Amino acid sequence: EVLISRVYRDDIGRNAVDAFRVNVIHARQQVRSPVTNIARTSFFHIKRSNIWLAAVTKQNVNAAMVFEFLLKMVEVMQSYFGKITEENVKNNFVLIYEILDEILDFGYPQNTDTGILKTFITQQGVKSQSKEETSQITSQVTGQIGWRREGIKYRRNELFLDVLESVNLLMSPQGQVLSAHVAGRIVMKSYLSGMPECKFGINDKVLMDTRGRSNMDESSSRTGATSGKSSIAIDDCQFHQCVKLSKFETEHSISFIPPDGEFELMKYRTTKDISLPFRVIPLVREVGRSKMEVKVVVKSNFKPSLLAQKVEVRIPTPLNTSGVQVICMKGRAKYKASENAIVWKIKRMGGMKECQLSAEIELLNTSDKKKWTRPPISMNFEVPFAPSGFKVRYLKVFEPKLNYSDHDVIKWVRYIGRSGHYETRC
Amino acid sequence: MTDSKYFTTTKKGEVFELKTELQSDKKEKKKEAVKKVIASMTVGKDVSALFPDVLNCIQTDNLELKKLVYLYLMNYAKSQPDMAIMAVNTFVRDCEDSNPLIRALAVRTMGCIRVDKIIDYLCQPLRNCLKDEDPYVRKTAAVCVAKLHDINAQLVEDQGFLDQLRDLLSDSNPMVVANAVAAISEILETSPTAQQVLEMNSSTINKLLTALNECTEWGQVFILDAISNYTPKDDKEAQSICERVTPRLAHANAAVVLSAVKVVMKFMEMLEANSEYISTLVKKLAPPLVTLLSAEPEIQYVALRNINLVVQKRPEILKNEMKVFFVKYNDPIYVKLEKLDIMIRLTSQANIAQVLAELKEYATEVDVDFVRKSVRAIGRCAIKVEPAAERCVSTLLDLIQTKVNYVVQEAIVVIKDIFRKYPNKYESIIATLCENLDTLDEPEARASMIWIIGEYAERIDNADELLESFLEGFQDENTQVQLQLLTAIVKLFLKRPTDTQDLVQQVLSLATQDSDNPDLRDRGYIYWRLLSTDPAAAKEVVLAEKPLISEETDLIEPTLLDELICNISSLASVYHKPPNAFVEGSKSSLRKILPPRSQSGNVGDDQPSPPAEAPSAPAATVIPGVDSLIGDLLDMDLGGPSMQQQQMYPPQPTSQTPVQGGGGMDLLGEGLDSLLGGPAPSGDSLGGLGDIFGMPTAQSYVPPQEVWLPASKGKGLEVTGTFSRKQGNVIMELTFANKAMQPMTGFAIQFNKNSFGLMPASPINIPSALLPNQSTSYSLQLSTMGAVQRMDPLANLQVAIKNNIDVFYFSCLVPMHALFVEDGEMEKRVFLATWKDIPAQNEVQHEICNVQHNADTISQKLKNNNVFTIAKRNVEGQDMLYQSLKLTNGIWVLAELKIQPNNPNFMLSLKARAMDVYQGIQQAFDNILHN
Repeated sequence: EVLISRVYRDDIGRNAVDAFRVNVIHARQQVRSPVTNIARTSFFHIKRSNIWLAAVTKQNVNAAMVFEFLLKMVEVMQSYFGKITEENVKNNFVLIYEILDEILDFGYPQNTDTGILKTFITQQGVKSQSKEETSQITSQVTGQIGWRREGIKYRRNELFLDVLESVNLLMSPQGQVLSAHVAGRIVMKSYLSGMPECKFGINDKVLMDTRGRSNMDESSSRTGATSGKSSIAIDDCQFHQCVKLSKFETEHSISFIPPDGEFELMKYRTTKDISLPFRVIPLVREVGRSKMEVKVVVKSNFKPSLLAQKVEVRIPTPLNTSGVQVICMKGRAKYKASENAIVWKIKRMGGMKECQLSAEIELLNTSDKKKWTRPPISMNFEVPFAPSGFKVRYLKVFEPKLNYSDHDVIKWVRYIGRSGHYETRC
Repeated sequence: MTDSKYFTTTKKGEVFELKTELQSDKKEKKKEAVKKVIASMTVGKDVSALFPDVLNCIQTDNLELKKLVYLYLMNYAKSQPDMAIMAVNTFVRDCEDSNPLIRALAVRTMGCIRVDKIIDYLCQPLRNCLKDEDPYVRKTAAVCVAKLHDINAQLVEDQGFLDQLRDLLSDSNPMVVANAVAAISEILETSPTAQQVLEMNSSTINKLLTALNECTEWGQVFILDAISNYTPKDDKEAQSICERVTPRLAHANAAVVLSAVKVVMKFMEMLEANSEYISTLVKKLAPPLVTLLSAEPEIQYVALRNINLVVQKRPEILKNEMKVFFVKYNDPIYVKLEKLDIMIRLTSQANIAQVLAELKEYATEVDVDFVRKSVRAIGRCAIKVEPAAERCVSTLLDLIQTKVNYVVQEAIVVIKDIFRKYPNKYESIIATLCENLDTLDEPEARASMIWIIGEYAERIDNADELLESFLEGFQDENTQVQLQLLTAIVKLFLKRPTDTQDLVQQVLSLATQDSDNPDLRDRGYIYWRLLSTDPAAAKEVVLAEKPLISEETDLIEPTLLDELICNISSLASVYHKPPNAFVEGSKSSLRKILPPRSQSGNVGDDQPSPPAEAPSAPAATVIPGVDSLIGDLLDMDLGGPSMQQQQMYPPQPTSQTPVQGGGGMDLLGEGLDSLLGGPAPSGDSLGGLGDIFGMPTAQSYVPPQEVWLPASKGKGLEVTGTFSRKQGNVIMELTFANKAMQPMTGFAIQFNKNSFGLMPASPINIPSALLPNQSTSYSLQLSTMGAVQRMDPLANLQVAIKNNIDVFYFSCLVPMHALFVEDGEMEKRVFLATWKDIPAQNEVQHEICNVQHNADTISQKLKNNNVFTIAKRNVEGQDMLYQSLKLTNGIWVLAELKIQPNNPNFMLSLKARAMDVYQGIQQAFDNILHN
């Protein structure tokens, strides 16, 4: 069923939908490619729960742009009405049409910033605005600072920085790191008046090395006695569109005028010197054809004063498992038949600790010759530090027109390390 | 308030009900009704009957309602063009509204209404909006120009919108600039005539680079894509653009990153190959490409397909990043397969241990395709990295022990290649392979296994039994297996003649008598005769040394790769196909090519960076592993023995006749010699055979004259004519006949622009008046320096003839062979490389019926018309002629002419980069061969 469709160009007929339904949605195989070409028509598709979003074209379009746009569209819709479900889409179809009209023109994406869109696409219907209001809107939509409107005022100027890292690990059964990287995000919530210019300092090697000496002195006094290594090597970083990229390239400084409210300032990736918060040591023994013994040891590897939360270890079991006996010293472990896994949850776990689980798995005799392919043991957790060693050195705020200074701004910084794909093969 | 209720009404009188509601006085009710209409439209119901009623709602100050009505209009205007006209006034009025949002909405919707009658009314409002004081309106209007151009290109050009669009590139607002750039790029792609107005130069590029820093992420994509289509004037400019583009590599939007990668990859070509700046760029490109792999899977997929291209073009960029391509358990299958592909490409001695460990892991996964590919990858590693071959082989053996059916089969296929690459090294494992004979059920695996048995028959004690067991079901086997079995048994016989006589008899009779497959039959006969006449020769042929197999497979051929590099991030780069392979119509005829190295650098290292695959290596000695099965039989590849033979002929004397363009090709000059009637050189393998039949007159074919301008249309002037080719020129043979009552004087001739740029080399000169009932012939020499415009049909030529009475117009078809130039003979190696280079989908077959000549006469005939036979070979009884020709505009066409004995119908396969010419060329072949 088509929930909503908008045709921007003449060359796509309505029957394209049928082709998509037959060849992609109802195809026997799982999706083998997110781009499908049917009769010289290309379909780009992504799926959110049971809703498919597809972009259709006959031209040689920019594929990366199409997918980025679809994802952006999801983001915009979510910010307007929450989860994308059939019901929500139907409930908001007028709104969606209105958004689609605004963010895409003849196949060319336009301003897709939710903050800006919300200033003039509202569900309440637009009351006829005054001339100043409308011209303010249009200048914002097209403007150089398309992400912030003028005249914002706060009694208390405040900002929050969240350093969110997700640690990805692939480890061999012998404990050798096959690949590991940290994908970090810095999410900023800014409640600042006016058009503040911000300067952001981090402990990246390149950035620190290229700063002048005088700057170094100042910053070292600011950061005080930072513990551990002083700088880290960032492989690559990407910034929100508000960050002046050319300045970053030439002066190695991160400066920007932030959008109001919450946004993702920066993404980065590191691969060197990652302190892995946990290590999983698996031991799997097949006892005959009908039994398996599994022993899993989890070691935490960070300062004893810190606490990890929401620790969860997922140990896959064969498909022909008939019964499981689990013993664990800490936390709770349960065999979940529907997920083919033993799920072991530990609410809190301190640094430099060790926990153990052992299980006996009984297997049914099956005629199925196919060998069980032993998926990796995966882990979830949350720790209150940045495993990459990332540190915020400073964030300075300048607003020349209004009379508040950097010292008046209340700043909060928080570090959270979470598990990404944190897997150990067994 | 929820909108879903609008979807629920499905009663019968619904449309009528809606109609009354639409006519309601109450605003709220009206709006509700329109919403219901739109809801019906969305689910695909036809509500076009409500057009007038919905249209009536358009005059409202409620923006939301207006948007809905406009949406409805866009959908149904085309089916109700007369009604749509009624909306024009509203559009015009809304374009002057005081609210810029409404002005923009009107201009945006306007362009989406594709009704011819309306368009004219909309030019003025659009013109105003392009100069609007509000940037929001201007940026919307810019896109509208592209919309209008799509509907009516001529109108846009006539009305001067292109100039206005170009002026927007200097707009103070970055978003206006970005949209203008997007519109311009689209217009340029479809309309070559817009080029003059919209050509980019360094100052516009500078403006774009400035806007790049300030516009939205999407705008940055438009701008970067436009910059990638620009060719900098020298390496300095290329470098400075790269410098300004590289900061974009740190953008959060993958499309921005990939478009920046495209610009850099393209402009790098212009920089000095070993300069320091290149290595800086190489270093800068790696991290952002790797980062793309942590995006959503769909983006990852696009990124991986592009990385695949980048790695082939410049392997150095990611050579140290192998680990990031390791497959994660939860990756979608399409990401896994792509990662695997890149892993194989990046494998080197330095990382082989890790790679092998990974591949072994993957070979135990669930997805069959992925497992197969992994097994194959292990084989590739063995062939690519010699020191690791042993480890790879033992890994493969481990996998064979798993007895998983498809794993075993895949392993055997790759082991065959390993045997070929490293002869006499790993044959000890043959015994293990033989254990799995029974489980093989796929043709490729069976054929591979049979090949192995045949090749190593002397080491396998029971080779005869094994092969015999295959023979039982001979008729049911796939051709590939049958052919292989035939060859393997012959090999066995040659190695152990004593006890295998029966077997070979059996297979030969099966192949020659019981099979209706010509390939199989012919191969059977060849063997039979070889064995019965000269077993020693048979040995030499069948057990000949095999050519090496290449290390890399699945490499994209270099010219296509270059084109794809120019299309990074686009669909073409995802499909790994050139855009014209999947975009309809010949609109996007502009092929993007990499810019050449600029000359301002050192003359010394002028060499362009070596492409991934060295094309200079004699292609004939490298048979890609996969199709080696068929190739190894007789090594019938073009450049094989026959080539050596030909090289023994002394080179032909070079001709003196100057050839236009004077390419290096005329060294061979054979075509000219024959044209001049010199002693039939026929340097090809045809030898002196031609003499026996007597040389056909060495004249090119001239079609009979036909009437181009009948007297009835020429006010008494009748023009008949034809085309010929003499001394390297196209000649238009004209006959003017005066069937009027008065003398004709003052003849002049002119051509319209045409596909091949034909124009009269000199004005027509008929000295005396043409009296009534007289006729005169005139040979008009043509040059190809004229203006070019694509005609349909391609060879169409529009001619204007003037005399004292009037000007007359007619059109005629230029027979394509008049455009074949004398230096159209390609060197054999070049021919072979080019043939391989041109993608298979460009090959088109055409049957030429009822030809009464043999191969040699034919090649002579064709040669007289500048179609040169490069090589001739005889495959299983049929003659194959390989031919090349070149058109006056430099397009090369390669042909393969297949002649079966006793079959007057020949099969002509053409291969060229420009497929448009095929029809004319097929026609030309038809004519020449039937003459």
